Amino acid sequence: MSSDLTPKIKFRLNGIDMEKEVPAGWTLLRYLREELGLTGTKCGCEIGECGACTVLMNGKPVNSCLVMAPQIENASIWTIEGVTPPGGTALHPVQKAFIECDAVHCGFCTPGMVMTTIGLLLQNKKPDNSQIKQALAGNLCRCTGYIQIFEAVRLAAAMISENDMRPFRENISEN
Amino acid sequence: MSVVGKRVARAEGSERVKGAGLFADDYKYFGMLHAAVVRSPLARGEIRKIDFKTIAKIPGVAGILTYKDIPGRNCVPIVIDDQSFLAERYVNYIGEPIAIVVAENRQTARLAAAQAKISIEELPPLLNPLEALNHPKIHLFGNDNIYKHIHIHRGDVKKAFADCDVIIENEYHTPYQEHAYIEPQSMIAIPFPDGSIEIRGSMQCPFYVRKAITTILGLPENKVRVIQCATGGGFGGKEDVPSLLACQVALPAWIFKRPVKLIYDRTEDMMVTSKRHPAYIKYKSGATKDGILRAVEAEYIIDGGAYSTLSAVVLFRGSVHAIGPYKCENVDVHSYAVATNKVPTGAFRGFGSPQILFAVESQMDQLAEKIGMDPVMFRKKNILRVGDTTVTGQKLEYSVGLEETLDKVIEKSGWTPGKSKEDGVGYGISTIYYGVGLGAGGKSMARTGARVLVHADGSVLFSVGTTEIGQGMTTVLSQIVADELGAPLDWISMMPTDTSRVPDSGPTVASRSTTMSGNALKDACIKIKSVLLEEAASMLDCSTGDIIFDEGIVTGGGKTIKLLDVIKSCFAKRLPLSAEGWYITPSTSWDDNTGQGDAYVVYAWASNLAKVKVDKETGEVNLLKIWAAHDVGKAINPALAEGQIEGGTLQGVGYALMEDMTTNADGAIRNPEFSTYIIPTASDQPEIVPIIVEHPFPGGPFGAKGFGEQPLMGVAPAIANAVYDAVKVRIKDLPITPEKVWQGLKNK
Ligand code: FES
Ligand code: FES
Repeated sequence: MSSDLTPKIKFRLNGIDMEKEVPAGWTLLRYLREELGLTGTKCGCEIGECGACTVLMNGKPVNSCLVMAPQIENASIWTIEGVTPPGGTALHPVQKAFIECDAVHCGFCTPGMVMTTIGLLLQNKKPDNSQIKQALAGNLCRCTGYIQIFEAVRLAAAMISENDMRPFRENISEN
Repeated sequence: MSVVGKRVARAEGSERVKGAGLFADDYKYFGMLHAAVVRSPLARGEIRKIDFKTIAKIPGVAGILTYKDIPGRNCVPIVIDDQSFLAERYVNYIGEPIAIVVAENRQTARLAAAQAKISIEELPPLLNPLEALNHPKIHLFGNDNIYKHIHIHRGDVKKAFADCDVIIENEYHTPYQEHAYIEPQSMIAIPFPDGSIEIRGSMQCPFYVRKAITTILGLPENKVRVIQCATGGGFGGKEDVPSLLACQVALPAWIFKRPVKLIYDRTEDMMVTSKRHPAYIKYKSGATKDGILRAVEAEYIIDGGAYSTLSAVVLFRGSVHAIGPYKCENVDVHSYAVATNKVPTGAFRGFGSPQILFAVESQMDQLAEKIGMDPVMFRKKNILRVGDTTVTGQKLEYSVGLEETLDKVIEKSGWTPGKSKEDGVGYGISTIYYGVGLGAGGKSMARTGARVLVHADGSVLFSVGTTEIGQGMTTVLSQIVADELGAPLDWISMMPTDTSRVPDSGPTVASRSTTMSGNALKDACIKIKSVLLEEAASMLDCSTGDIIFDEGIVTGGGKTIKLLDVIKSCFAKRLPLSAEGWYITPSTSWDDNTGQGDAYVVYAWASNLAKVKVDKETGEVNLLKIWAAHDVGKAINPALAEGQIEGGTLQGVGYALMEDMTTNADGAIRNPEFSTYIIPTASDQPEIVPIIVEHPFPGGPFGAKGFGEQPLMGVAPAIANAVYDAVKVRIKDLPITPEKVWQGLKNK
């Protein structure tokens, strides 16, 4: 299905300002994966039930399969590709924590989990166990049993500094 | 220092946290088409008319293919060849594939497939396996609708029951369980001008896929190459189903000479792919008042759905596990896999055993209670130990850690039977075992190959025929190779599993990867090591027996050199540093006619202890904590082993408490979405205490035996026993929902 393009809209993606026509009838998930080639954001259900497609929109985790592409006008979007810049090898502390705690099994839920974790830590630097559980409740994982993921979130919370989080806070309206 | 036994980080972790690991849907090829499947809307019927004229006109549709377009045989080979790839005249379940639509993009293909007009004359379906069994008129398979019958018989049950002081007799039921891997089924086919075809996708068993493609396209094996992509969970759900998907992309790719991709929509995936068999179990067991299990009589019926797929082997495993890990001299078990007009069921972690173990372990607690003995003591009197004989007459010679797992969960929990507890709180135990590997049920496939290649710069590349599906195989095998070669772990990497690299190595199922591929790699490494040893001996001027290899350092004759220098020296002398490895499992003595003999080479063992609190007003079961102890032989990587325990245990919790997949009156899955089929989320996560017990398996690499399936298997009965302990309500029908418990409380 071809989709009509919107007139050019402004948005910021992974810290880079963009001005593009976007397909009016596409979801953000499809736009990221099929048009921009950002396949780190995964598709597990397309109906907002699994969280594999989580990205940050103005600092908040959203299911990108439930956001229509034109809705990102004037928004700041972060995907997993922005967490480790292209070509970059240095992992973000949240990513390091996931590896350290063996919170990555098959890894399909992982990009979404990482984005949700960053979203949580933006709001709450020291979440307690029940806040962690609640924040991750929309991200399904069938492999790990979640325990190692909770450990990763706690470890990440202990490791991050404001510098690690600042880029994700930027809102496009700030500049 | 050895890396085996260490908590090293997962090999593919850093790729996956970056979102850089390539899953099938992340690949794009020039000129690629997208496929969707036209499926039967009815559970049983005869196809009258197919009209694709309208959908063929939809812009973007490239073509529609039916069975008439298949160049080879119209069959998806699994165990018995009873399943067509595309339906010809009859359809036998809702969702059965009839045609393939290909289009320029996924959305168009799906839309067109949904609008295809097919007129089918409805025939009365068989939806209930108990009615299907020996149905007088409707014959879906043979003349009795039985895919497989297994009879296990020992001693004299009739006489033994007469000697029992207590007898417990019950019926149990367990429902479908859906794998709910988060990555849906995904596959791509790429045809090449030289007449070969490549398949890339999400799968557990590349060699099954290759066989399916050679069958439908009529190609020799050397023209079909199957490569596994990163696979987002399997749990058995990607054992046989990917063969179907591969056919669904290979046919259009072959005909249109373009790459074709197919991703199942989540709802479609839940509707039409395999699941755990629903089961109906009649179970009678008896014991003497001093606590000896004397007799077991059971009938075990599993609903296989419309085609046999893996039902016969699922039934084999279920039957062998039908009395649990106990000594019992008088046993009579009849089990049946039955055909119905529903989605074919198949492999799921535990493979036919979780259903029957739910019955076994519920019975054990009831027997104990009736005798007036605590459930731990009763188990201790009956569990298998080294030297004992299993239900199939197999003498256990080694690696039986069951009693230690039982002691460990008790010790760690601080609980003892009879200890006072809060109102509404209950504790429940289960002890189980798991025959590792394919066993006698899959004898012909019990072999694996491996290749190891040491490069001049010291880096090592290995290939195996089993697959990484999130269980951590790559890491564990890398650790084994590192230790076998005496090389540092970061020198080692694994090729994605590829049928062109190693001989047919059978499937990645039955918790067999670590032992099978581990042993094959060991075989290859020993060959390379002998070359390295000779060379090192001449460099160090000592005998090979005096040399020690350790993480890149070689010592001998009082001197130390670098392994890298030994490797370079080998290359300078043109010595071969690559080798093939091969491993076959020792043969088992199982006899299908008597149901006796050695069923598996080795068993893994586990005890689960669950602590629950039941709300007496609502019937809601709050699972507080689970202690899960597993005898794994040797944990090559304890962190990964614990991860397997935690993940598998939570799937068991889902099976026990919430996962409730059912069919409607037409035979369609009623709840094919995550919003209606509820799997455990982060907020449902109970406290899980993984405990590793190690009774080495002499035939395994470093003593390891597979156990990946076991964590799921004993959870449901432990929880059911805990619920009974809490409120004296015995649930015999999974899942244990608040309604059932509430009903039980009301009926008391
Ligand atoms: S793909 Fe968006 S929530 Fe599942
Ligand atoms: S790691 Fe496989 S779904 Fe989470």
